[in-house]
Amino acid sequence: MKLEIREQKRPELSEAAKAEIARVIAQYPEGRQKSAILRVMHIVEEEAGGWLSPDTMDMIAEILNIQPIEVYEVATFYTMFNLQPVGKYVFEVCRTGPCMLVGSDNIIEYLEKKLNIKVGETTEDKMFTLKTAECLGACGYGPMLQCGEKYFEYLTTEKIDELIEACRRGEVKGNKVV
Amino acid sequence: MGRKLLLEHADVPGIETFDVYRKHGGYRSVEKALKTMSPDDVVEEVKKATLKGRGGAGFPAGMKWSFIAKPEGVPRYLLCNADESEPGTFKDRYLMEHIPHLLIEGMIVSSYALGANRAFIYIRGEYMFVLRIMEKAIAEAYEKGFLGKNILGSGFDLDLSIAPGGGAYICGEETALIESLEGKRGNPRMKPPFPAVQGLWQCPTVVNNVETLATVVPIINLTADEYTKIGTEQSKGTKLISASGNIVRGGVYEIELGISVEEFIYGDDYCRGIKDGKKLKALVPGGSSVPILPAHLITKTANGDTRMMSYESLSDGGFATGSMLGSGGFIVFDEDQCIVRNTWNFARFYAHESCGQCSPCREGTGWMEKVLNRIEHGKGTMRDIDLLADINKKSEGNTICPLGDAAGWPVAAAIRHFREEFEWHVTHPDEAVKRNYGMLKGSLAH
Repeated sequence: MKLEIREQKRPELSEAAKAEIARVIAQYPEGRQKSAILRVMHIVEEEAGGWLSPDTMDMIAEILNIQPIEVYEVATFYTMFNLQPVGKYVFEVCRTGPCMLVGSDNIIEYLEKKLNIKVGETTEDKMFTLKTAECLGACGYGPMLQCGEKYFEYLTTEKIDELIEACRRGEVKGNKVV
Repeated sequence: MGRKLLLEHADVPGIETFDVYRKHGGYRSVEKALKTMSPDDVVEEVKKATLKGRGGAGFPAGMKWSFIAKPEGVPRYLLCNADESEPGTFKDRYLMEHIPHLLIEGMIVSSYALGANRAFIYIRGEYMFVLRIMEKAIAEAYEKGFLGKNILGSGFDLDLSIAPGGGAYICGEETALIESLEGKRGNPRMKPPFPAVQGLWQCPTVVNNVETLATVVPIINLTADEYTKIGTEQSKGTKLISASGNIVRGGVYEIELGISVEEFIYGDDYCRGIKDGKKLKALVPGGSSVPILPAHLITKTANGDTRMMSYESLSDGGFATGSMLGSGGFIVFDEDQCIVRNTWNFARFYAHESCGQCSPCREGTGWMEKVLNRIEHGKGTMRDIDLLADINKKSEGNTICPLGDAAGWPVAAAIRHFREEFEWHVTHPDEAVKRNYGMLKGSLAH
């Protein structure tokens, strides 16, 4: 865990994000605002370009009126949060049993070749990050990957080519560039 | 095609909206329960229906409800477990995506039964697109007076909201889910005290699976007497099955409990057989944690009886020759699949998902993954096969939550039924590596 990265300044939260944060905190009883932490982290991560730096996490602690360590310990437990910078598009390919039975290993291998990176890496142009994920709940429609909030299912090598082209044309919702 | 109680209207265009859902009989159970039944009547009805928890453990839901403590002046909470993460399981996603109001309806009736005025849905973070569908439906239900203050003039209040997780299988364990909903790491709690006494914010809490809560709706609408006419002696009603693996048509199917496994795999209404005309090799019938069954124990039990899709028939023979219905995550393997590779894959999953607070699980899952990795990649020894059984024995029952057990069961079952395949990997290391490579190339079917 590289908590020493402090190169990113705190993100500017949009008015919409601020309103959304206020709405979700209000869903919990007085004094239980910490319960909103995961939702707030998802919102702030999106505003911060897809990852949480220690500075950003400190900001979340201030929003929720809790200690920074309480955010760090949550951020390092849940696998969805990126604690290092990622590309504009993060491909998370499901690699668990049912997807493996229908060829997820081939999909991962194809993406590694196509993007010329290994799992866990980001392309030089900062466009794509390739990750693997454990079961994403699309077992009957595999192989599949998640990019942003969207699931791409019944993947083939042709469909991956199309997806990458669509990303390059800006037709797929990616991380904010901050 | 059997009777459908949950997904009957799932294909109706616009069913995700309040108006269309209402037009197809939606929210009738709320009217019936709040206007004509006491909370205890609802609990009794669910008990009488012998509804078993649909998340995987199969604990009777009515009984779970009856444990809830009712101290004066202390709020009670109902939590819906939508953290669906068991490999092979995607039924709750289907239900929420297609017919979100059914879950809301079930939660209103269930909260009324428990005397809970605050309920939360905890959904896995990766399902953010489903969370947005649910939030829209919740807002509609508020607007139409089915959530909020004094629902239908009954004097019953209920607030409902939905919270996302952040990517952690362990949060499907109910006390880990509660910890997570309190904004902490998802480490399961020691029990007792059980959530029914001290759950969310130390208040009495019930945690139920999505499908369990949705099933309360047909039970109230039909009455328990009618509901229990569907199914078998010990498995009443219908169940959502998530079908995946090497089958012609994967997806979510609602079945009447008690149809044969053979019909489910080969029937036109369901999976339509094994893909590419291949032979059936093995089956994991209830999510990755349950024992795998070899071909000769799938359509028939060890006694030669027809194997049925029911709690009792799938577990017939115990762990020696049976398995479990579990979450209904039905994973089918064709003849070309490597059991060792799949067992290693599942072991890697559990090692990744162990929360790490109990050493037998944290170390045991890691060791099992390493040993299986070794065997799969042609570097194992015969002793490794027994070592796996030994690790399993040492962690089983020695952890706070059942993840440690769940991690060991698929390994133990795979060795029990496919030992020669593990031994073959040890005696033919070069071929094992090559064969897997060939298998993977060939399996990219789409």
